[in-house]
Amino acid sequence: MHPFDFVAATSVADVNSVLAQHGNRARPLVGGTDLLVQLRGGRFELDAVVDIKSVPEANVLELNGSLKMGSAVPLAEFYENQGVRNAYPGLIDCAELVGGIQIQSRASMAGNLCNATPSGDTICPMIVHSAQVHITSAKGDRTVAVEDFCTGPGRTVLEDGEWVLDITFPAPASGFGAAYERFIPRNEMDIAVVGVASSVTLDGSGKIADARVALAAVGPTPVFIRDITALLVGKEPTEENFVAAGKIAHDAVSPITDMRGTIEQRRHLSGVLTRRTLTKAAERAKAG
Amino acid sequence: MVDKVHVKTTINGQEFEFLVEPYMSLLETLRDVLNLTGTKEGCNDGNCGACTVEMNGRIVDSCCVLGAELNGATINTIEGMATPEGLHPLQQAFLEEAALQCGICTPGFLVSAKSLLEKEPDADEHRVRHWLAGNLCRCTGYDKIIKAVQKVQTSA
Repeated sequence: MHPFDFVAATSVADVNSVLAQHGNRARPLVGGTDLLVQLRGGRFELDAVVDIKSVPEANVLELNGSLKMGSAVPLAEFYENQGVRNAYPGLIDCAELVGGIQIQSRASMAGNLCNATPSGDTICPMIVHSAQVHITSAKGDRTVAVEDFCTGPGRTVLEDGEWVLDITFPAPASGFGAAYERFIPRNEMDIAVVGVASSVTLDGSGKIADARVALAAVGPTPVFIRDITALLVGKEPTEENFVAAGKIAHDAVSPITDMRGTIEQRRHLSGVLTRRTLTKAAERAKAG
Repeated sequence: MVDKVHVKTTINGQEFEFLVEPYMSLLETLRDVLNLTGTKEGCNDGNCGACTVEMNGRIVDSCCVLGAELNGATINTIEGMATPEGLHPLQQAFLEEAALQCGICTPGFLVSAKSLLEKEPDADEHRVRHWLAGNLCRCTGYDKIIKAVQKVQTSA
């Protein structure tokens, strides 16, 4: 492995300074469950790795109506937080099924997002929760919606010197519910053949005021399907409408055939899991 | 040339201070710098759990941690399980239930199972299996391992 320097950052300025100095030859380290494996595998070389786990702003987990989650918060700390569990069950769905316990001890949702694999289990749930990514660098800050963050397999909107400081989830509206499900041939420790996240917001009369559906492992990036939102808004949360939404997902995705599944299987699963997660999201919306 | 990192850490209750190459994994640091070779290398990419250690109260794959991250951390490894008086109950149960064959996965399973029983002594079989899903074994078929963990639960 190409030798790199290790910097234990204790402030945002520390991280900005290392990344500004090294450009794309430096990266932040949180869990290391993707980064260190990729470095060891020779996917790319770095001159510096910046551990951001001692940066206070990257460790926040503030639930105050909305939820602000620092980029270094590991999945286990996220899903063990009772307030977060109560407010965001649709995010708990995905946080609890990434890897095994060892991975969940270290890996963060922001890391999953920055790794930008199309199958990343936490990305689609963040999309349907309308999460916003806070990007920072020595040059300043900007905010990007999660659905606009990934640009290709392993590619993101991050420019040299930029990193993710935190991710904010809006307060769940009254009548909001969300759910994530993935299909894998095992019970755990596997990568999604297809994963689908859905959210539904019901208005006072029980009609759909908003719906968001995003799919994993069926395209070069996580796929947010706006046509489903357009179809469902103003409609009743019925099986028939959710089947129709599944049909849109089936037709809209662009999966490949690989060792995990075929194009046909993935299209089929896209439809089924869209219907199922919309149904579960609507049930949670009614209960919440 | 990169600079070595100065690390002060507590491993199995004992304080260590040493220099480590910044790109060395925690697994390599334990085995090759500190000569704590009980922790095993399996896949070396975060899948098999053979290198599991407890770091600051959570189990981690030590192949996916840098040795430099040890600075200020508290680590427990397989070497910390038995005492001069005898084996840890989990180790004894693994022997009695034949929960190991080749032994490469065993330290990882023991460290993981110990962590679970300390956090959730009443974990049911489903939870035990789920918790240990990040530890792979190609010999036993898992049932003997699960039985060994449950044996410790019932005799505790």
